[in-house]
This record gives sequence, C-alpha cells and structure tokens, in this order.
Amino acid sequence: MTANGSVRPSYAQIRAWLDAMPIEALDVKRREAELLFRRIGITFAVYGEGGDPERLIPFDLIPRIIAAEEWARMSRGLTQRVRALNAFLADIYGNGEILRAGKVPEELVFKNESWRPEMQGMQPAAGAWTHVAGIDIVRVDADQFYVLEDNCRTPSGVSYMLENREAMLRLFPDLVSSHRIAPVARYPEELLETLKSAAPPACRSDPTVVLLTPGPLNSAYYEHSFLADEMGVELVEGADLFVDDGLVWMRTTEGPKRVDVIYRRIDDEYLDPLSFKPDSMLGVAGLFAAYRAGAVTIANAVGTGIADDKAVYPYVPEMIRFYLGEEPLLQNVPTYLCGRPDDRAYVLDRLHELVVKEARGSGGYGMLIGPHSTAAQRDKFTALIKARPEDYVAQPTLALSTVPCFVESGIAPRHVDLRPFVLVGRDIRIIPGGLTRVAMREGSLVVNSSQGGGTKDTWVLES
Amino acid sequence: MKLRIRHETAHDYEAPSASTVQLIRLTPRSHGGQRVRYWRVGDGSWPSFEDGFGNWTQFRAVQRPHGRVRVVAEGEVETVDTQGVLRDTRETLPVGAYLRETGRTHPDDAIRALAEDVLRSANTELDRLHTLMQLVRDKVDWVVGATESTTTAAEALAHGRGVCQDHAQLFCSAARLLGMPARYVSGYFWPGEDGRDEPASHAWAEGFVPALGWVGFDAANRQCPTDRYVRVAIGLDSFAAAPVHGVHFGSGADSLAVTVRVDADQ
Amino acid sequence: MLSRTAGNLFWLSRYMERAESVARLILVGHRMAGVAHTVDLHTNEWRSTLRAAGCLPGFTEKYGACEPDQSQVFEYLVLDADNPSSIRACFETARRNARAVRTALTVEMWDAITDSWRGVQSLSRSDMEVDRLVPILEWVKSRSLAFSGAYANTMLRNEGYAFAHLGTTLERADNTARVLDVKYHLLLPDQEGVGGVLDYVQWQSVLRAVSALRAYQWVYHQRLQPWLVADLLILRPELPRSLLSCASQIVTTLDSLADRAGGRRGECHRLAGRMHAELRYSRIESIFQAGLHEFLTGFIDQLKELGAAIDQHYLAL
Repeated sequence: MTANGSVRPSYAQIRAWLDAMPIEALDVKRREAELLFRRIGITFAVYGEGGDPERLIPFDLIPRIIAAEEWARMSRGLTQRVRALNAFLADIYGNGEILRAGKVPEELVFKNESWRPEMQGMQPAAGAWTHVAGIDIVRVDADQFYVLEDNCRTPSGVSYMLENREAMLRLFPDLVSSHRIAPVARYPEELLETLKSAAPPACRSDPTVVLLTPGPLNSAYYEHSFLADEMGVELVEGADLFVDDGLVWMRTTEGPKRVDVIYRRIDDEYLDPLSFKPDSMLGVAGLFAAYRAGAVTIANAVGTGIADDKAVYPYVPEMIRFYLGEEPLLQNVPTYLCGRPDDRAYVLDRLHELVVKEARGSGGYGMLIGPHSTAAQRDKFTALIKARPEDYVAQPTLALSTVPCFVESGIAPRHVDLRPFVLVGRDIRIIPGGLTRVAMREGSLVVNSSQGGGTKDTWVLES
Repeated sequence: MKLRIRHETAHDYEAPSASTVQLIRLTPRSHGGQRVRYWRVGDGSWPSFEDGFGNWTQFRAVQRPHGRVRVVAEGEVETVDTQGVLRDTRETLPVGAYLRETGRTHPDDAIRALAEDVLRSANTELDRLHTLMQLVRDKVDWVVGATESTTTAAEALAHGRGVCQDHAQLFCSAARLLGMPARYVSGYFWPGEDGRDEPASHAWAEGFVPALGWVGFDAANRQCPTDRYVRVAIGLDSFAAAPVHGVHFGSGADSLAVTVRVDADQ
Repeated sequence: MLSRTAGNLFWLSRYMERAESVARLILVGHRMAGVAHTVDLHTNEWRSTLRAAGCLPGFTEKYGACEPDQSQVFEYLVLDADNPSSIRACFETARRNARAVRTALTVEMWDAITDSWRGVQSLSRSDMEVDRLVPILEWVKSRSLAFSGAYANTMLRNEGYAFAHLGTTLERADNTARVLDVKYHLLLPDQEGVGGVLDYVQWQSVLRAVSALRAYQWVYHQRLQPWLVADLLILRPELPRSLLSCASQIVTTLDSLADRAGGRRGECHRLAGRMHAELRYSRIESIFQAGLHEFLTGFIDQLKELGAAIDQHYLAL
C-alpha cells in the first residue's frame, strides 16, 4: 500500500485472491503454516536478537510483492552500495585513502571497537570482504528506497527467505503459479559458488568449504545446519578444526582433511583464542595466523564490522562517490551522530520526534522511538546520551510504506522492511528477494523478531 | 655496536599436552639505528606472515602429545645510537591508529591524573614525553615478579610496582590521553659488561612527536634507547607485541623458562 | 564424516542400547528375587544386578555397603541423575548427542530418541514400585528397539550408519556378557545345590533377560543346561545378541569403514578381528574349564579396549 492508501498495481492479483478467500480459510492456512514450521524445526531469532532458541517467529501468509522494475532499481543500488563497502574495507585496512582525503574522520575508524588493527595490510582472496552482506531497506514512497542499516558481519535470516517460499508453495500452489516469481531456491548454490570463488589462490583443486557454527545453543543454529545441508558442506564447530603446518584441517573419520574456505557464523573475537579473546572455547587456535598467511579464506572477512557500524553509516554515500565516482542510488536515512556537539544538541532538543539507537547495538533493545515515547523514557535517553555521546545516533522517523498483512482483526496494513542478501566473491550476485520482516503490531515501526516482529514471503516478479 | 643475541623459550608440561599453537614475534627488522646481519628463528621452516603492525610473525603448531615446546631465536644485529629517534621503520598503520586504547592500556582516573601532572609541568610534546617517562618510573617501582603478563597499566599504577612491560604500557596509556600516539615495543637490551642485571627480553615504548617522528622511551631505565637496544616487535600493548604467545591443551601445570643472552662487540 | 558427528552417533546409539541393557538387567534381578522369595531364601539378587550393571561402586558410595534395598536399586538404576548409566541418564545423554548432530539423523531416529527422553522425564519415585516398574521397563526395551529399528530402516547406509551400528553392537555384546555374569555372582544357599530348582530358575531368568528362552528350545531341544545356555549366548551365530554375532557385526562394520577410507586400518581393526576369531574357534567346554566368569570379565575388558581403539582411530578430537 502506498502512503496515500492506494494499492500498488503489482498487488492486483493478490487483492482479488484475498477478496475471494474467506477469513476462516486463511486462518486454517495459518495454522497449517505453523505446523509446517514446527515440523521443520525452523526456530530462531535474527542476528544478535537473542531470545528463546526454540521460539517460532510469526509467519504472515500474504506475500509481499516487488515489481520487476522496482527490483531492478533496488538491485542496482545494492550492488553499488556493497561494492563501495568492500572498497572501503580494502582501503581502511590498506592505504587509507579515504582518511587522507578527509572524507571519513580518522578517529571514527581507529577508535572504533569494530576496527581490527590485526587486519591491517590484509588482502583477502578475490578482494572479497563481505562475502554475505544483508542490507536492510525500507521504502518511503513509490520511488524512494532507504537503507536502514548495513549488515557486514554474519547477517542471518536467509533460511527464512527460503523456507517462507517453500511454505507458500505448499500452502498456495495455485496462487504461486499464477505469478511469475523469480526463484530464490538457488541461493545455497550461489553462496557455495561465491565462497569457492574466494578460496585462497594457493588452493588448486576444488576448494573444501565448511560452515563454522558456535553450536546448537546459538539462536541461529537452525539456519547454520540448514545452509550446511543445502550446500552439502560440513557443519563444524571450533573443536572440529585445527591448525598444523600452517594450514587448517578438520578432524574426520578418514583422518585430517584440509579446509580452504570457512563460512563462519561466529563473531570475530571468538575465532581464535590465540589472537583474540583468550578464553574463547568456540574458536580455533592459530586460525587467524593461518588466515593472515593466506592459507584459508574466512568469510566474511575479519574486521568487516567497521563498515556496518552505525556511526560509519552516515558516510556510506560519501564512500560511493569517493570510490565509484557515482551518486548513491539508495538513500541514506539522515543520521545525527551524538558524538558531534552540533548533532547532539539537535538530538536532545528533538528527542520526541527522533529514533535514537545505540551506535553498536542491534536488535532494537537500546532504542528510543521518539513519537511513541514517554517523558520518562526520553529522560533516560537524555542521560544516556550525555554520559556516552559516541554510543548513540539518531534518525528521523520515516513515513514507511505498509503492505497488507493477515492479523487478528483481519487484513490490515503493517510496516515492513526488507533484507536482501548480496553475495560477494569474484563477482557480486543478488538473489531476487530477501527477508521481509513485519512489525505485527499496529503502527509499530519495529520489525525485530525479538520485539514481536514476523516475516512473510517476498515475491520479486519477473517482467 | 654489534649485538649477538640468543633467546630461548621453553615450556615444560607436567602431563603431556595434546596440542600447542604459538605465535612468535622474534624477528627484528632493519631500520635506521639497527641493521640485522643474520637472524634465525627455530629451524627456519615455520610458516610466517607480517602482522597488522608490520611485525614478522611465525606460527607453529605441535598437534601430537608432547612434554615440551622450545623456541630458539638467534642472530646478530649492528646498532648505532640515534638518541631514541627512529628512521625508516616499517610502518603499516597511520600514526593516528596508535591513539587507540586497548584493554591493557585503558586509562583510569589515576592515569588521567598522571597525564594532567605531565601537562602541567611540560610544554613541548618532546618534553612531555620525557617528563612522562620519569613520572612513570617514579610511580612504578621496578620489582621483578610483582605483576603478571596480563596486568593492565591501571593495575600496575595502583600497585606501584611492576616490570618493564608495565612501565611501557602505562607510558602508552598516558601518552594517548595527552593526544600523542604511542606504542609498545618488545626487544632486547644489553646492560653492558658492568651491568647489574642479567640481559633479558626487554620492553619500552615509543611516542610520536610530529617534528621528529617516532621516539623511543625506556621508562624502566629512565632513558631513550641507545645502541644497546634491539627493537623487535611493536603493538598497541604487550599482547599485540608479545615475543612468544601460545595456547596449549592439556591438563596439569606447565612451567616456562626463558633464557636470553646478549653479547656485544664494541 | 566429521569425527565429532561420528562420535555423537556412536555414543547416542550406545546410550539408547544401554538403557535397554539396564532394563533387562533389572528384569533378571526382579525374576530371580521373585523366585527366591517364593521359596523363602535369603539371596543377593540386587547386589549381583548392580555389579553386573557396573553400578555397584557408585551405589555403595551413595547408600553404603549394606545389602541393597530393592526400591533403592530401582531408583538408582532408573532415575538417578548421579548414575551415568541410569535409564534416565542414558536417554538424556542420547538426546544431548542427538541434538548436536540433528541433521545427521533421520526424522524417525530423532522422534524415537525424543519420545524416549520425554517419557523418562515424566517418571517419578512413585513409579519405582514393582507393579508399576515392570511395564515401564518393558516400555524402555521397546523404545530402544524402536530406535535401532528406526536407524536400521531409515538411515542411509553411509558412515553415519556404520558408527551408529558399531555403538549398538558394542553395547549389546557388553550387555549379553554382563547378564550372563549376573548368574556367577548369585549365591546358591547351602541346601540348594547346583542343578537344584533355584539354579534352574536362575538360568531360565538369564535366558529370558536376553529374550532367548524360546531360542534355546529351538536350538538344543533339551532341558536347560548351564553350559548350553552359555554356549547359546556366547558362541552361537544364530542368536543375534550372542557375543559371536556381535563380534562378527563389529568386524564387518569396521571393515566397511576401512574400505571407505581407502583401506586405512588401525588397532581397532586388529582387536576386533582377534576377538571375533577367538569366539569363532572356541568351544564352550574349554571356556568352562578356564572359568566362565574369568572369560566374561576378560571379554568385557577387551570390549573396553576395543571401544578406546575405535575412539582413537575415528572419533578422537
């Protein structure tokens, strides 16, 4: 639905289908869907959101539709943005041209927790840093796509993109086949190819790829095992790997087997107790050294967090101009860095109309939504911002567009965002689609699953 | 001066260890003030890389039960006295990166007070670093065994006792508070034939003075490094510049023996 | 296959099988105790049951050295979380192992494990009465059988299957040896000599415990003779739980693993081959001459050694 309440043309068929479908029938389908998800065991929270690992996230039956030309524009914008983010990482850990040019302040990088001095001078294979990037996008009106945030570390949620489509195919085969929908099912294959294309140059034969997980207690473990299965690669834990002779090996029943590419779903500081957190039980001693010596690819690269830091985010349009000489195709939400005195004063003055976020948080906990806030909440945030200004950024609330959703009271508009997944290896690939997250509560802007957000299938129409 | 160095590190495990992995930063590089004539680490076969700070780093793994791991580095370095001023060093990072705090150099109120003392009593940047060097040594008595390898700058200052590692980290922490980039250096020091102390692995700091570049400050000995010093590795703190750092898996206690010999031909 | 995955499969099927073993041991003990009770004799079935289950030291530590009380034994062997071989602990460990390798299991295996785990969660002390316990133990047996049936019928014949099967057969061999050894530890009261009624009933209980009473009749067509019972349980290839059957399955499975790994063999292959050959060319008379108990203890030690060698060769992290 557009901001003025009309329905986009791409939803015409869905509209007709909904009109013909009694609410009771939808309710039956919804229960069916729930059973389906329980049976598969797809239970997790999106990156960093914590929560009960066996909880089911609400699935909305009504697909979100993106027209072919909209997608074409969005995907050009995504490619551009992700190219710039990779160029930024190569530069920051290389010559630092953008710092010398004064386009990004040095201290923003060097004093940032997400910057890793250990990575200085590293040249990852194929020049790929963010092998998997998840870019969170919202739409404000018919033409404007805004990027809410970039996720360059270990973005999750792609299993939802795949399982949601599977569910729709089973529940509504006719509806699906009456649309020409771009398929998403080849994502695991594309991911595997991307990872293999970024194998160390020294690797001559077909590269061995593994997926490194923190283990079954992790909230995204389902996704880890799902992706490993779909790619046909081993799902390993730290204890399955070891470093010897400068190389990385996994322990198998046939003896040690060489590993070339590690798609890791654990955070930087847990990768290697020798180089990072000494008490990490999840990592592999010597892994980082083997990585620096070029014996193995780690995807995403170590230290990519500096590119998705919320305080660095305002500079992404500048990165696009600086590295690519192009104007950004996707908009940035205007962002005030509370660490800057002028910005801080502005933010403190207008708390009631701004959204305040932690610069390094994720998951929508440490967040103030000005228009929906109480005076007490605003006082709390005023104190927080004054105490540690660098830790907070603020943005205006956007007039987000909505899509129809099936909720308790029937069919009603709800706010959504979209996380498409961009793969970076020798080239950049984007699967047409992504994870649509829904703010299930009326009027809510928070789509995080930990805050009652749900998901729905995303259909990118082929022209 | 020609300095011949032999550095041996031996870990002995009471119960055999199943696995040991080590990072070894024991390779000095040539720059103005020191020229490496020859150098060898282990049997020369260990894989290596240049780390983020430009340190030549070896890593080695022993993945079968073992009771002892030994690392030997030896070689000869020719040095000249530059009054601590460094030239033509390998620099991988912009100077501004050395303003970054780390866990071990995170300042507390006492370190802030120390920095303010420096600010009050000295005007130029160079003076401030010299003053800081003296103050650090005044505040932290050199007592071997008083601190551990993981002691932070703030803990050492509170304790009032420490070793060269603590002096160097405290120096870095306070200098950064003063807006001056600073870094930790590990290397060797030849105390001279009449020296009271045994030669040993040593650590000091470097501060950045725009007019001069990087300048060494050995707070433990209250002096800028001379031709008696061999500079090996740098980092933001002692963790990043540790000569030998290892992780081992096994039960039972382990003991560490480090022997360093430095001989000089004058 | 990852060593960790193989290890988890191996151990989860061992634990599922062990739960069954413990259930069978309690049932033997119960039958023997019942017989002794009807003829009003003082015997020591529960001590020998605990000993056979390898749980006597743990039990003594907890309850002291006096003659074990039936309800304590039930609780220790079925519910006690401190006893790693209690039925509850077995199902819990199996479930934990299963969770860690969820994707290596078929849905049917997962369901069999999860249902067992759920079932054992609902047990309480009040179930530790004889009348209630017997059906529970029958249920435990059926759960373990459901699991081994699930993997035998749904699992791809790959390495995963081989390790699950190794776990089952190793544990099963251990169990058969232990059940047979229970009889050794049982005292026969003075007035009840070897070959007496009680002796006879005890042998019968042993056969029942391994579901082989009818098999005995089919194979030997004669009255129960101790050496024939031992012959059946140790040396007969027809009986699927006999030591020889288990050993030959272990050898076949290890061979298939070696073939997969391009012929890579180790100590475990040698130990398994030796164990199998010894059983295959033994006669029951010579086993009895050298002492049945000594033979069984030796066999259990060999199994332990074999387990360690398998761990070393395939599973060690």
